Amino acid sequence: MSMIKKWGVLAVLVAGMAGVTVRANADTLLSPPSGYFNKPAVIAGAKLFAKHCSTCHAVSSLRYERLASDLGMSKASIEKDVMLPNGANYRMGMEPAMTQAEAKKWFGLPPPDLSHMVRALGVRFIYSYLQSFYWDPNRPSGWNNHLFPKVAMPNVLQPWSGIVAKNGQVMQPGRVTPAVFHQRVADIVAFLRYASDPSVFIRHKLGPYVLGLLVAFSLIAYWLKKEYWKDVHDNPSKRKK
Amino acid sequence: MANFGDWLNKRFPLRELMREHLTEYFAPKNFNFLYYTGSLLLLMIVMQFITGFLLMAHYVPTGPEAFNSVQGIMYDTRWGWLIRYMHVDGVSLIFVLLYLHIGRGMLYGSYRKPRELLWIVGYTIYILMMGEAFLGYVLPFGNLSYWAGQVITSIIQALPAVGPALAVLARGGAGIGTATLERFLALHAVLWFWIIAAAIFIHILALHQVGSNNPDGIEIKENKGADGHPVDGIPFHPYYTVKDIFGVGVWLTIFAAVIFYAPTMHGVFLERTTFSPANPMVSLPDVTPPWYLAPFYAMLRAIPNKDGGIFLMILAVVLPFFLPWLDRSPVKSSRYRPVYRAMILLLAVTFFTLAWVGEQPPLPKYFLLERGGAAIYVGFYLLLPIISRWEPTRKVPERVTS
Ligand code: HEC
Ligand code: HEM
Repeated sequence: MSMIKKWGVLAVLVAGMAGVTVRANADTLLSPPSGYFNKPAVIAGAKLFAKHCSTCHAVSSLRYERLASDLGMSKASIEKDVMLPNGANYRMGMEPAMTQAEAKKWFGLPPPDLSHMVRALGVRFIYSYLQSFYWDPNRPSGWNNHLFPKVAMPNVLQPWSGIVAKNGQVMQPGRVTPAVFHQRVADIVAFLRYASDPSVFIRHKLGPYVLGLLVAFSLIAYWLKKEYWKDVHDNPSKRKK
Repeated sequence: MANFGDWLNKRFPLRELMREHLTEYFAPKNFNFLYYTGSLLLLMIVMQFITGFLLMAHYVPTGPEAFNSVQGIMYDTRWGWLIRYMHVDGVSLIFVLLYLHIGRGMLYGSYRKPRELLWIVGYTIYILMMGEAFLGYVLPFGNLSYWAGQVITSIIQALPAVGPALAVLARGGAGIGTATLERFLALHAVLWFWIIAAAIFIHILALHQVGSNNPDGIEIKENKGADGHPVDGIPFHPYYTVKDIFGVGVWLTIFAAVIFYAPTMHGVFLERTTFSPANPMVSLPDVTPPWYLAPFYAMLRAIPNKDGGIFLMILAVVLPFFLPWLDRSPVKSSRYRPVYRAMILLLAVTFFTLAWVGEQPPLPKYFLLERGGAAIYVGFYLLLPIISRWEPTRKVPERVTS
């Protein structure tokens, strides 16, 4: 078989695999701006999250101390900006201010633990969800959501987003510009993405070294193979026994 | 040192084994990249054993704790994320290798006489691996694990006569819970795993009995030189040991790239629905299997009747066993069989299309793809005995080409 045909076979196989990998994404979800995910954004997001979301949501898998070891935050800053003054424990997972029972009374159901939410729903979904609230006087909280109809969560970001009607009409502008609003939501999503897989920064830091080492190993192995195989290609009768 | 060697070899056939399986085991000199897959599969199985062992040190097989214990490995255990990603991504990469390995066997007619048994043992390993993957899949007890457990045990339940009793035995009760996790862990890590290990051992012994095929499909043992060795053969050691070491380097680079930069492969290697805990109250809109089992799932869905679907799926899984006898061509390798080669390519494309469609929600718009795919898949095996009789063949050279 010629080289071209051989690679043709491979290409078809790879294309087949790629077809499996790239799933149809016909939806119209928003994406956070590229480059939104980095340590400063995650730190900013952690602080915003503590202020606006921790009232209701736990991130139980993520211990506060990880923010120091993974992100380089100081313990003082974590205690001041992230931990709620409700007896949260530095060595334990992030707990909400409200107890499950209270939350259930208020919203009819306990707000979910957000530890793995980004992996379960995807970055784009959560980024869009937080920006899809609209005013709906028929709902008990006064809020509804385009992506999650009849959602129990109120639009806690109202100070930034303002009040928007179902048809997109702005009933009351937010206190910050839309650009700042998007930016802050992106930071919160960055934090939640980190929280769903805190190994991400270690992986990205070690990745180049591990790959470099393995590529170097492969190159040496290739050279070794070439040396050994010289006699196979040059002179079959003189091969080693 | 030499004395120790003598001492040892009087009591254990080390030298003999080395000679028989490495230094005087002759392999064709024209292997291409598809021949790396066997040694890489061995490597991956050993790695799964090691990472699986380490995971087990922290895993708790109970309904309430299984999910949390896995998250404890990911968040709180030093290097736990690395171990778990190696184990989870290892599965998908093993199936990539298995499909290349099986595809290679089909491309070059490696299943033909005298390698029928080698093929059957190999294909048995593949089926055992599907079972092993399913057992492991349930263990982290995400919601997908739970519902996958439900779906598969309900397929067992649908088997005639023994079905219901077998399903209770598999679940350890009426539903999926702690008893299920305990027995799945015992099977996954002990019994099933070691059956696979034993099958791999037999696979390699069978291979060494008949010797490797090669991309030209020529039997090198039929052309021996004055020294009694095949003229187109080279000793496995050192030639293929150094070559395989290079293969290992390249493969580990790919493996590391996945682990460090795309450990969930966008939800393909580690699905989204595995990230919420098992919950019998929250049913999933569509319980789709992982990509490597999806082709068979697509065929299951291709027939709307449940029993019919299960029959088609089992048929699809079983058919490749008969390949050695379905192929009647005098020529082995697809290099010299243009029609057969086209059929294999069509089969490969069909198989991965079925994998894709098996992952989609069960919508009517996919029926045609599912049915067409199933028809091509089954048709390949049913038509092969006829086509392989009259298909034109090119002249096979005397010596291997390089
Ligand atoms: C006042 C309490 C409260 C606050 C504050 C709050 N949420 Fe929620 N959230 C809820 C409730 C209740 C639900 C469950 C909604 C449902 O299932 O109907 C929820 C659900 C969610 C979901 C899951 C949506 C889905 O599709 O399943 C996400 C993501 C989320 N909240 C993110 C946030 C973020 C980010 C913040 C901070 C900006 C936040 N929440 C602040 C109460 C709250
Ligand atoms: C974990 C599973 C498996 C392992 C570890 C394994 C291992 C190996 C090894 C080491 C070789 C020799 C090197 C090579 O030719 O690549 C080989 C050859 C072979 N295997 Fe497997 N194998 C596995 C699964 C399978 C499966 C699923 C099949 C078929 C359905 C299969 C069929 C064959 C055949 C036909 C050959 C000979 C190929 C030739 O000589 O052209 N194997 N296997």
